Parts: sequence; C-alpha cells; structure tokens
Amino acid sequence: MALDKAMNVLIVDDYKTMLRIIRNLLKQLGFDNVDEASDGATALQRLREKDYGLVISDWNMEPMTGLQLLKEVRSDTKLAQIPFVMVTAESKTENVIAAKEAGVTNYIVKPFNAETLKLKLTAVFGPF
Amino acid sequence: MAGPSDNPELQRQLAKLQSQGEQVSPAEITAIVESVMARLAGDLTAADIKLYAELEALARFIQTARSEIAAVRPQDIGATDIPLATDELDAVVGATEEATGTILDAAEALSNIAGALPPEAGEQVNAAVTRIYEACNFQDITGQRITKVVRTLKHIEDRVSAMLSAFGEADRPAGAAAPAPPTAPPEAAKPAAATDSDLLNGPQLPDDAKKQAEIDAILASFDR
Repeated sequence: MALDKAMNVLIVDDYKTMLRIIRNLLKQLGFDNVDEASDGATALQRLREKDYGLVISDWNMEPMTGLQLLKEVRSDTKLAQIPFVMVTAESKTENVIAAKEAGVTNYIVKPFNAETLKLKLTAVFGPF
Repeated sequence: MAGPSDNPELQRQLAKLQSQGEQVSPAEITAIVESVMARLAGDLTAADIKLYAELEALARFIQTARSEIAAVRPQDIGATDIPLATDELDAVVGATEEATGTILDAAEALSNIAGALPPEAGEQVNAAVTRIYEACNFQDITGQRITKVVRTLKHIEDRVSAMLSAFGEADRPAGAAAPAPPTAPPEAAKPAAATDSDLLNGPQLPDDAKKQAEIDAILASFDR
C-alpha cells in the first residue's frame, strides 16, 4: 500500500483535545486532508460518504467503541480494506489480541509521541 | 421433634425468604429464629440452648451494627458526598481541557510562525511545538483516569445503597429506588470469554501499562 499524503484521513476520538493533537501531528507529517469524528456512528457515516485512505481511532468511546467501529468497518465490503490504526490507552494484552483478531492494522498506546505515529504509518504505507 | 414441613407459618416465612434472594431484613431473620425456637419449646437440649445463645448474640450484633451505621449518616454518601466529589472531578476535567486548549492555541500559533522563520530556526520551533503536542496527551489520559474514579465512586454508592436497603426501608435515602435483586452470576461462574465491555478498562497505572514495544511484540506474534 503506497503512501499518498493527499489521501483523506479520518480521526475518531471523543476527546476534542486528542483530535486536535493527532490532526496537528498528521499535519506536521504532511497530511492535510484530515477529517474528525467524535463517536463511532459519526465516523461510519463519514466513511460511507467519502473515500478515506486511513482511519485513526480511539477505543474507549460511547456508545460505539473503537473496537465495534473496527468490526463495522471490516464487515462492510466497501470499507473493509481501509487501514485502521487504534490509538488508545487500553494496553492490556487481551485488548491488543481482540483488536488484532478484529482486523486492526496497527495499534498505538497512549500516551504516544510523534515518532511512534510516524513509525506506525511507515509500517502501514512504507517510508515517508 | 417436629420439622418445618408440618408448620405452615414457618413454611410461608421460608418461602418468602427464598423469593427475596439476598434482600433479607434483620426483622425477618428475627421472626424466623423465633418461629424455630417456638417449635423447639419443650424439648431443648444443651446444644439447642447454646445455639439459641449464639443466635441471640448474632441478633444483638446486627442491631448494634445497624445503630452504628445509622449514626454515621450513610445516606449522606449517596445524597451529598459522592455527587460533590463527582462534581469536583468533573471540574478538574473541564479545567484541564480548557488549559490544554489554550496551550494548543499557542502551539498552533507558533507552528504558523515557524514557516516564516529561517529554516534552522523554523525547524527548532517546530520540534518544540511537537513536544508540546505530545505533552498534551496528558489531558486525554487524565480525563480517562478521572472517569474511572467516578465509576468507582458510583459503585461504592450502589453498594452503600444496597447495604442500607438490607437494613430496612427506613434507612434508605429519600427518593432512592430499591436495588434490583442480584441477577449476575457469581464471579467464579462467569464465562471465561471476554465481552467487548470487559475490554473497556481505561488507562492502566504506569507500572502496569504495556509499553509500545510490548504491544508491537504482541501484534508481531500474529504474523509468525
């Protein structure tokens, strides 16, 4: 999967501070087409309205969790191939396993730094 | 000695107890004990008398505990103390969110200026701005930790309410609904498979939390 910094990226988090941090870090990495959603239902709606090349989602959200969003994405034939990176404070082994089994592309544990975000995106798309 | 099967009143009381699950009041326990003791009248042995003394002591202990609990005004825990603590914690979250917003405003302004600076200076400013963005992660983690504390307080409130209910209707806070009878299976009987909600734990304490390298190792184990 080739890196295209012009692709649309959707970030999903119920903390607006976190949305802003990830958006700014993505901007520093050269991604300018970044949309936001503050819950899973809104994220699904955006994903069905526009073509996205990447989803970066929190896990701990209500009412739809990031894991449920991931499962919805993977079960939708039109969305199933979109890379999905979980960015979460949930760091237990069972969480990582559940996310992997649900089809997560990569997993970043909070708090994270810009270098980790870059490394994970490199792992998904190749070198910047 | 006659058994409970030939005592309709005792049978009725036992049936009522069974239907109540764990919600049994001290008064009901006393009534049952009195019924049993009444049936035993006339053919008490030394062991019976010792048992009766133990039951009396237990009844006195329950009554004392009830008085002591009432004296510390446990209703205040649900009515005042926990709501107040929750409001304070919500205020902490609001204040840190507002402060973080202000910090991010300033960082974004610096980032915009960086483009107009000579390359070397611009890079230095951008590196500093990146560190500010990274540091602002704290607000999300702090918020999630406080949410966990609020949930714990709510759990304590529920347990106190259940305990008050067990000690009688009069001690229940005004307007509070009676707790539902327990329906969840005991811990040991729960199925081993984790549900989605079991996986919502929030941030672990620093010593318990997995590092990114450990997360990466778990992910990599799927590819072997």
